[in-house]
Amino acid sequence: MSPKTLYDKIWDAHLVHEDADGTALIYIDRHLVHEVTSPQAFEGLRMAGRKVRAPERTIAVPDHNVPTTPDRVDHIDDEQSRIQVEALDRNARDFGVTYYPVSDVRQGIVHIIGPEQGWTLPGMTVVCGDSHTSTHGAFGALAHGIGTSEVEHVLATQTLITRKSKNMKVEVTGQLPPGVTAKDITLAIIGRTGTAGGTGHVIEYCGEAIRSLSMEGRMTVCNMAIEGGARAGLIAPDETTFDYVKGRPHAPKGAQWEAALAWWQTLRSDEDAHWDKIVTLDASEIAPVVTWGTSPEDVLPITGAVPDPESFEGGKVEAAKRALQYMGLEAGTPLDQIPIDAVFIGSCTNARIEDLRAAAAILKGRKVKEGVRAMVVPGSGLVRAQAEEEGIADVFKEAGFDWRLAGCSMCLGMNPDQLSPGERCAATSNRNFEGRQGRGGRTHLMSPAMAAAAAVTGRLTDVRELM
Amino acid sequence: MEKFDKLTAIAAPLPQINVDTDMIIPKQYLKTIKRSGLGVALFDEMRYGDDGRENPDFVLNQEPWRDAEILVTGANFGCGSSREHAPWAIKDFGIRCIIAPSYADIFYNNCFKNGILPVTLPQEQVDRLMEDAQQGGNARITVDLENQVIVGADGTEYRFEIDPFKKHCLLEGLDDIGLTLERASEIDAYESRVAAERPWV
Repeated sequence: MSPKTLYDKIWDAHLVHEDADGTALIYIDRHLVHEVTSPQAFEGLRMAGRKVRAPERTIAVPDHNVPTTPDRVDHIDDEQSRIQVEALDRNARDFGVTYYPVSDVRQGIVHIIGPEQGWTLPGMTVVCGDSHTSTHGAFGALAHGIGTSEVEHVLATQTLITRKSKNMKVEVTGQLPPGVTAKDITLAIIGRTGTAGGTGHVIEYCGEAIRSLSMEGRMTVCNMAIEGGARAGLIAPDETTFDYVKGRPHAPKGAQWEAALAWWQTLRSDEDAHWDKIVTLDASEIAPVVTWGTSPEDVLPITGAVPDPESFEGGKVEAAKRALQYMGLEAGTPLDQIPIDAVFIGSCTNARIEDLRAAAAILKGRKVKEGVRAMVVPGSGLVRAQAEEEGIADVFKEAGFDWRLAGCSMCLGMNPDQLSPGERCAATSNRNFEGRQGRGGRTHLMSPAMAAAAAVTGRLTDVRELM
Repeated sequence: MEKFDKLTAIAAPLPQINVDTDMIIPKQYLKTIKRSGLGVALFDEMRYGDDGRENPDFVLNQEPWRDAEILVTGANFGCGSSREHAPWAIKDFGIRCIIAPSYADIFYNNCFKNGILPVTLPQEQVDRLMEDAQQGGNARITVDLENQVIVGADGTEYRFEIDPFKKHCLLEGLDDIGLTLERASEIDAYESRVAAERPWV
């Protein structure tokens, strides 16, 4: 048998049908559903008189447009948001899918609760009408976002029509220096490859620095695979993965666990597998990074300065000029001299317990700079509860952070949590697009520890100065 | 789904790389539970000022491009989120074909589900079509899916590649779900096999 990559193996295990031209039908093990990209799909089923083929494989949760304030359980003020959440309530009930409403402590961001509840397992195919579905690749699952028409297709058939992507290996060798995290790795990779560097490929992240990451860190890395343009990101499962999964509510138990483990241990790329593209980074050379522009590829070490647009080539020259104008920045300004107005710690990229711990470690005994508004939004009700139990919530509150309920919050500004025009935010989310966090809002992406450091000093800051 | 076969129309130039889905349609329009009526929100933040009035500098607010049915644009078009509201807004505005050097993966797939043809051409050919588009109303571009060719304003032909299955579905206006349900027995067989091999799934 010819050598295979991890992606090849998962693909083969899910192939239902393949045409001679490469058009394939693959089976979907887990379908995650949220309120924003699903109503039209359920409506399509109703119109055609179709059912959800596998409700036991379908998990629904409202996260994108729900407020993160306590009164949300009683009432959502925004009428359109309320209608969308009510539509999800009704669709989940009518079609019999597992549902975590906002009143359930297990509610949270779809990509955080899937793994937390043990729905996401190694070797699975996972889809969701959300581009950050790539997060689940941290478990060695083939996971990617789909559009609403495809959501309807998966609901009706439990399969997806697709084509195989190419194989790309991103190896991060060596060990991370102090103060450098999974977020810095994933941003540094995009800084190297560009936002289209992974287009048409499934990335497998490997190397010592990736192996050394916790599951939380691996999820952060895979979460941003889409920001590098990749179809999906994968990390081969190992003891770290199995330890995380074991005992989760929907993880296999007893003899099934043993059988699953035996298969999961075969889920790794063969020694001499073929790679269409290989990128290698040395972890010891990665510094804490921030973004300066309006694309996730606009990444520089915090020790750097705002670049001159003329230093780029092709269409990037104009794009960089536009970005600097939007961001209100001058070329040559040292990044650590850029003042900020707001701090957002949250999102499917960085709202797991480890992220909150890292931010709290910087904030302990310190205060948010006067004039800066700071918000922390745990990724799920369970993360929130754990943080409260560990005393982390108190650290945030004493520092002056607003301690919120779980949801997507200010990552995409679909709910009441938004930036005002011109407001500059140190954010742990995944996109710095124009208007992403609110019309005219200016986003700098970074790790939770870096965002905490910015909160304390009121400017973009090298977290290593506060360690 | 609406068929796409051939189109001769005005093309709007949008010479910008990395046009993301937040630019194509910002989040406030994602709260709808319908697919229709989103054309008014297309490129919202570039198209309208803070006061909600049209920005006269934006191409789709200018004649003759208000009537554009083709969009010529830069690399990595449609990057970002999976929101199908992006192609819904494009289609509702009246644009049926996009020409660019490259696209983000999910957006590209979403176009085909909505009767929109995204054509990929090399940068230098897109540059030439961009010049055609900038000439406006007298410079109509023809898109012929059957023959996989674009004809520029000066008669230059540009051949493009496309996945045969996607081409077939667009030409015939086929419904994916209907096609897949014809394979229900294969899906049943797969489920039975996996239930024995990997019962924990």
